[in-house]
Amino acid sequence: MPANLRRLISWEGLLLGILALVVVLNTNLAPAYLSLANQINLFQLSIEKIIVALVMTFVIINGEIDLSVASVMGLAACLVAVLFESGTPMPLAILAALLTGTFCGAFNGFWVAYVGLPSLAVTLAGMIGFRGVARILIEDRSIGGFPEWFTALGQQPLIGPFPLSLILFALLFVLAFVILQFSGVGRLIYVVGNNAAVARYSGIDTRRLKLGIFIASSLIASLAGILLAARLGAVRGNTAEGFELDIITMVLLGGVSIFGGTGNLAGVGLAILVILNLRNGMSLLNVTGNVQTGVIGMLLILSVLVPNLVQMANERLQRRIAPRKEASIETESSVSS
Amino acid sequence: MATWRQRIRPEQIRELSLVVLIVAALLIFAWQIENFLSARTFNRIAGSVAIIGMVAIGQTLVVLTRNIDLSVGSIVGFTAYFVGAQLAANNDMWPLAAVALAAAVGGAMGLVNGLIVAYGRAPAIITTLGTLAIYRMLLINYSNARTVTVDSLPPWVVDLSRQNLLMIGDFAVRPLIVATLVAVVVFQLVLGYTVFGRRLYAIGSNPEAARFAGLPAQRIVLTAFTLCGMLAGLAGFLFLARFGNITAVAGQGIELESVAAVVVGGVNTFGGSGTALGALLGAFLIDLLGQGLLRWLGISEFWRDALLGLLILLAVASDAVLLGWLRRLWAERAEVAHAR
Repeated sequence: MPANLRRLISWEGLLLGILALVVVLNTNLAPAYLSLANQINLFQLSIEKIIVALVMTFVIINGEIDLSVASVMGLAACLVAVLFESGTPMPLAILAALLTGTFCGAFNGFWVAYVGLPSLAVTLAGMIGFRGVARILIEDRSIGGFPEWFTALGQQPLIGPFPLSLILFALLFVLAFVILQFSGVGRLIYVVGNNAAVARYSGIDTRRLKLGIFIASSLIASLAGILLAARLGAVRGNTAEGFELDIITMVLLGGVSIFGGTGNLAGVGLAILVILNLRNGMSLLNVTGNVQTGVIGMLLILSVLVPNLVQMANERLQRRIAPRKEASIETESSVSS
Repeated sequence: MATWRQRIRPEQIRELSLVVLIVAALLIFAWQIENFLSARTFNRIAGSVAIIGMVAIGQTLVVLTRNIDLSVGSIVGFTAYFVGAQLAANNDMWPLAAVALAAAVGGAMGLVNGLIVAYGRAPAIITTLGTLAIYRMLLINYSNARTVTVDSLPPWVVDLSRQNLLMIGDFAVRPLIVATLVAVVVFQLVLGYTVFGRRLYAIGSNPEAARFAGLPAQRIVLTAFTLCGMLAGLAGFLFLARFGNITAVAGQGIELESVAAVVVGGVNTFGGSGTALGALLGAFLIDLLGQGLLRWLGISEFWRDALLGLLILLAVASDAVLLGWLRRLWAERAEVAHAR
C-alpha cells in the first residue's frame, strides 16, 4: 500500500473525516455555527476537561490511568472557595489549591511508582477520597461571590476575543506537544508505556518518571478546577463530578491505547474537536445532555471495536488465501483443542 | 506443623484477616458506641450490603478474568426502573416472573458487554465506560422524566424489605439479605468446585497460558460478563424492593462501590485471585466502618467518602505487601519440604 494512502486511512485520518462530516452537518443546521464566537463558546463550555485531557494523554501513554482528576478539580475549586470565604486573599487561595493538587499527585504517584500498586485501584481510592476531602471542606453549601477580577478571568475575553482558559489551553497544548513528541522525556514516556520492565532494566528511572507524570496530572487538574470555579462563579461539593469519564473518552477516542505505549497528541486534539463539535451539533438539535453522553459512549466503543473487526476480517481473509499447508495445520490444532 | 500450611492457602488467610477485622470493628464499636449492636444498625447495614454485595459477586467474576465492569450501576438503575414500571402497569404479575425479568434484562446488557469485550477484543474498561453512558441514556429515554412510586407497586415487592423471615434475638433476617447470601454460597461453590469457576481463575492468572492450554477463553469471558449483568439485574430488583421510589438516576455510583467492595475483599485487580465470599465481606466491612466510624468519632456524614478512599488504599496496599510476603513464605516452606 502506498505510504500516502496508508496515512490517509490512519486513525487521525478517520477522525479528520468524522470531524469534516460533523462540521458540514452542523453548518447546514445553523449557518452561524462556524463563526468565531460560536467556536470559542463551544471550546469554553468544556475547556477545563480538554485541559486535563492533555495531561491524561501522558498518563495513559505511560501505561497508567488517573481516575482521580475530576475529584482533584473539585477539591481545588472547593479549597479556593472555602479559603476565600474565610478571608484569605485570592492569590494565596489559588496558590494553596495548586499546592494541594501537587500533593494529591505526589500521593497517587508514591503508591503507584514506589509501592507498585495498580494505578486503577490507587486513583479509584483517590477519586473517592479527594472528593471526600472536598465534601468535608464545603459540606452541603454552595460558595460564590468571588472577587470581580476572578470571575472576569473565567468568563470575559482576555486578549482579543479569547478568554484566559483558552489561551492557557493553547499554550499547554503546544508545550505538551513539544514535550511528548519531540523531547527525550517524551520518548521515555512511550518506552515505559510499551514495556516498563525493559525500560527499567535499560537504566531508566521509571519510578521518578511515573511520579512526575502523576504530579503533573493532579497539578493541571487543580489548575483546571480553579478555572472552572472562575467560569461558574460558584462552587459546590459535586463540582466537576463525573468529568473523568469525558476526559478519558477524549484521550482514548484520540487513538491512545489503554495499555500504553501508542497514540499521540495530534489524535487527541482531533478527538477533542470531534467531541466538542458533535456535542454542539446535538445541542442545536435539542438533544439532551444524557443522550449526548450516550452517543459519545457509543463513539468510544466503536472507535475501538471497528479497527479490531476490520483487522479480524483481514486476518480471516489472509488465512483463506494462505497456502494449503498452513491451513491444514490450523485445522489440526483446532481439532486437538 | 506442615499440615495446616498445606491445607490453608495465603488467599484464605486474606479472608480470615477480613473476618478478624470485621469482628474487631464490631467489638470496638459495640464497646464505644451506645446501642451499636442493635437491630436498627444491623438492618441498615444488611439492607445496603444486600444490594452492593449482589453486584460485587458479579464484579468478582469479571475481575477474576482480568476485566472490569463499570456499567453495573447503570444496569442496576435500568432494571430497577424497568421492572418497577412493568409491575406498576401490571400489578398481578407473578413474583417469580418479575425476578426472572430483572435477571433477563440485566443478563442481556451483560451479554452485550461480553460480546464486545470477548469477541470484539475491546478493552473492558473502555467498553463498559461506554455502556455505562449508553445504558443510562436508555433509562433516561425510557423513563421520560417520570418516577416509579411506592404506591403504584404491588404490596409484595415493598414487603420484601420489611418482612422478617427469621428472628435471631432482636436481629431480623429479611429476604433481601437472604437472597444475596444464597447467591454468595452458590457462586462460592461455583468458583471453587466447577470447571467454569476454575477456568475463570486460569484465564485471569495467565490469559496466554490459558489460551495455549485450549481453554475457550472468549466464551468464558462472555459468560462472566453475562452472569455479572444478571446479578446486577437481580440487584436492581433488590434496589426496587428496598427503595420503592425509582428515578432515572437510580443506582448511579454503584459501579465504584462494587469495585471498592471487590478490592477491599481481596480480589486482585490483575485477575486470578479472590472469591465471592471475600467480595461480600469487603462490602460488609466498608458499610460497617462507614456506619461505625461516623457515629464513634461523632463526625459528620461528609467524612464518609474520605474514609472510604483511605480504606480502599489501605486494603490494596496491605494486600500487595502482606500477600506478597505470605506467598514468599509459602514458597520457601514448600521448597524446604521438597528438599527433605
